[in-house]
Amino acid sequence: MTAVTERQQLAYIANQAADMRVNVELETEGMTLNIGPQHPATHGTLRIIVKLDGEQVVAADPVPGYMHRGYEKLAEVRTYPQVTTLVNRIDWLGSFANEVPFILAAERLMEVEAPPRAQWIRTILFELSRIGNIALFLGDMAVQLGAVTPVFYAFRDREYVLNQIEAITGGRFHPNFDRIGGLKDDIPKGWVAETKGVLTKMRAFCDELDELLVGNEIFTARTRGVGVIPPEVGLSYGLSGANLRASGIDWDHRRDSPCGLVYDKLDWKVWTHPDGDSFARYWVRLQETREAILMLEQLLDGIPSGPIMAKVPRIIKVPAGEAYVATENPLGEMGYYVVSKGDLVPFRVKIRSASFNNISIVPWVLRGVYVPDVITILASLYFILGDIDR
Amino acid sequence: MSSTEVTETAPASDERRDALVARLGEELGDALIAGHVDAGRDVWVRVATAAWEDAGRVARDVLGLRYFGFLSAIDWLPSPYGRSLDAAIDLEAEPASGEVEQMEQGVTGGETRFQVFARLHSVTEHIGLTLKVDVPNDTLALATWTRLFGGANWHEREVFEMFGISFEGHPSLRKLYLPGDFEGHPLRKDFPLLSRMVKPWPGIVDVEGMPGVADDEGGE
Amino acid sequence: MITQLAVELAYWQQSILRSVGVIAAVLLPAGTIVYLFLFKMMSFMQSRLGPNEAGPYGSMQLLAEVGKFLQKEDLIPDGADRRVFTWAPIVVVASTFVTYVVVPFGPDAWFAQIPTGIYFALAVSSLSVIGVLMAGWSSANKYSLMGGLRAAGQLIAYELPLVLAALGVVIQAGTMDMQGIVAAQRTGEIFGFGGIGNPFILTQFVGFMIFLIAMQAELTQPPFDMPVAESELVAGYMTEYSGFRFLLFFIGEYATAGAFSAIAATLFLGGWALPGLDLDNNLMNVLGPVVLLVKILLIMFLVMWFRVTYPRFREDQLQIFAWKYLIPLSLVNITATAVLKVVF
Repeated sequence: MTAVTERQQLAYIANQAADMRVNVELETEGMTLNIGPQHPATHGTLRIIVKLDGEQVVAADPVPGYMHRGYEKLAEVRTYPQVTTLVNRIDWLGSFANEVPFILAAERLMEVEAPPRAQWIRTILFELSRIGNIALFLGDMAVQLGAVTPVFYAFRDREYVLNQIEAITGGRFHPNFDRIGGLKDDIPKGWVAETKGVLTKMRAFCDELDELLVGNEIFTARTRGVGVIPPEVGLSYGLSGANLRASGIDWDHRRDSPCGLVYDKLDWKVWTHPDGDSFARYWVRLQETREAILMLEQLLDGIPSGPIMAKVPRIIKVPAGEAYVATENPLGEMGYYVVSKGDLVPFRVKIRSASFNNISIVPWVLRGVYVPDVITILASLYFILGDIDR
Repeated sequence: MSSTEVTETAPASDERRDALVARLGEELGDALIAGHVDAGRDVWVRVATAAWEDAGRVARDVLGLRYFGFLSAIDWLPSPYGRSLDAAIDLEAEPASGEVEQMEQGVTGGETRFQVFARLHSVTEHIGLTLKVDVPNDTLALATWTRLFGGANWHEREVFEMFGISFEGHPSLRKLYLPGDFEGHPLRKDFPLLSRMVKPWPGIVDVEGMPGVADDEGGE
Repeated sequence: MITQLAVELAYWQQSILRSVGVIAAVLLPAGTIVYLFLFKMMSFMQSRLGPNEAGPYGSMQLLAEVGKFLQKEDLIPDGADRRVFTWAPIVVVASTFVTYVVVPFGPDAWFAQIPTGIYFALAVSSLSVIGVLMAGWSSANKYSLMGGLRAAGQLIAYELPLVLAALGVVIQAGTMDMQGIVAAQRTGEIFGFGGIGNPFILTQFVGFMIFLIAMQAELTQPPFDMPVAESELVAGYMTEYSGFRFLLFFIGEYATAGAFSAIAATLFLGGWALPGLDLDNNLMNVLGPVVLLVKILLIMFLVMWFRVTYPRFREDQLQIFAWKYLIPLSLVNITATAVLKVVF
């Protein structure tokens, strides 16, 4: 866990300078490589135009928008309860987590608070989404590095989590379960015990990947010191979530502003890593998955009884006002800036999605790396295309 | 709403956020036009157009709001197309009044149709600030924040294509999402959502009863 | 072995009969078994079912895939160099099959007995890099080009440790004849104990490890699969291929793995010989191929095990690994072998 030393940095700079001299002497010509929009590493339709010198990247320019669906515009013609259906599709791997900040923003404007039981179940679903989402990252990162097996484990074990989400909400991917003032339904009978079984499996999954990848020399060689993002740069680009925590910034919405969710009632810790490289990002996410399992165990034991819905009017009109609520989603800070004019529909919804900011750093971080590292860095930043394009 | 409570019993005043606005006022002087504190929860300020970049610099360097959340814009023009909710139940919920809505510029007020707003956050103090600025109606131009925050690059490109607001000094103000030959600025209120115009929306048909309760009572 | 035929046949007629017979009787069933074994094994490791629809236990999967690929359109990109593009897969597959020629399957079951068999095998097997380069260059695709160039760099770098590792065996056996190497292992003794002969994996263990690693790289299997790295270069030099040309690459991949495994089995595991049975026992002509097949499967198991376990190296790390570690180590190995050979 050593940070990149000054000596290493100097050596890197010296290397670059030497390469440049060679290039000047040989007058080599650059090559433009189009990564995407259809490319296995972009898992979606992100396009990155990379200017190469040999295998080294000179400049990278991501071109998002192949999946732009205009949710901000669409939200302006939908009633508040209808918006959750849209935002489900932003980060489609952790859908429930997308609904929560919007609902919380609407609740803040309406001055409504969900009853404790609803808050607990919300938090449970939130963390389950996180595990389901990050589990895929843990496997997918390995696939991007060339190890095929972990992703099969990830798909296998994530299915257990999705089953539990489906058991409550009726939807594996798009629950559309959160309501202003509470939840659509209560949890079914026997669900808590079943989920505990799933948590045991997920813990085994984390241990398996820990042994398979984190302890693997090739994995370490491929990720250590690759794509280092200093904390100041990360902040300036608005990186969030594990990407920022892997740069050593100890900040987590769940701990520091747990509005509407019950994280303050749990015993857990925020993981950080000082290095800021791809390995750190993987490691932090792995630890966060474990921490989520730990949290879920406490949550499952402590579900209070009571109603799951506060009293809200049948037809929801949100009083005029503005609110920004952000939560710590699997991918990072996700927030909704909701402007209401006291109408059935929001006047303006600005969706602040995590991947948009996380990927906007790509031109900065890809400069000077090798082509294989492009893939490593993209994978370690972990984006979901719907979350970039909205 | 008898049984519900106000979220986080709001204190009458919020020293930290008040202090934030006061500090910003000291640094910016007259350029700080308005401030609004939602005690215990959030804070907004509106700064003069000319001082937009300065405001960002002060917020970052003096107030320690180093985390760049987002930058976006808002079109305060009331939609000329109504709410596009044409189902019977919508009309019942709010009958069309017929009078022309006035332009209101949100919690910190404003004079122009477009406002740009940005969210900054302090990762040590855990306090967030929304900065707003009026965009002059005639020029629709604003100073860029890309020199302050790297992340502003993409956000400003998004605002540029969605609202048609240009940012002076932006290194490459191109379209971000939309194809290069796309005309219009989709998030402006006077940009019609054509699919909604062509095909009527079924409206709020999904109002559902509260779980376990008779239909029209709701709640506990 | 086909000497007691009822009709007198010319040499070339015999050769054709031999080839057809070998393909029908040996390669097809062997291919099916190998393919099924590998796929089932990898599926087990990756917690999936593997082939299970085509035939009993999916045993006809290979035929099904061949049938599938033959139906596909044979696409050639507009900008491609057509002649080179069409010949590249054939070069790759041909070089693979020619490698099998010198591998002995029994005392009399062999295609060709060349006094410098191992030399021939290693020389011919590296021809496939030309096919790969041809494919990469002619595809008119940047990904393919990068894949082809990476393949060339990698195959050249790992050719050296591969040959040096084999050299240790040659020194110990005192011959470059593949049959001679098998015989040397069968009749050898370890400190006077000749019960199991002296398979060179025991005395040449370092050589065996180097050979395995270099072989993995020659096969462009993970962790050395940068030339085809599907997450970076889509499929490297194979990106533009479809239909039966892709099938040739696809078969070539497994056939090459088999060829190298056969060489490794012959060099280090004693080849077709079985302890307890004499070398000139006629039974070995039947049993030998089976014994060799089992040994091949054993080595292919290792290859595929590494393949599903490891992430891939980066190009520079790969070169560093070859030039800074493997090659010096194999040189030390040769020196030690030569010294010990003289001493004992």
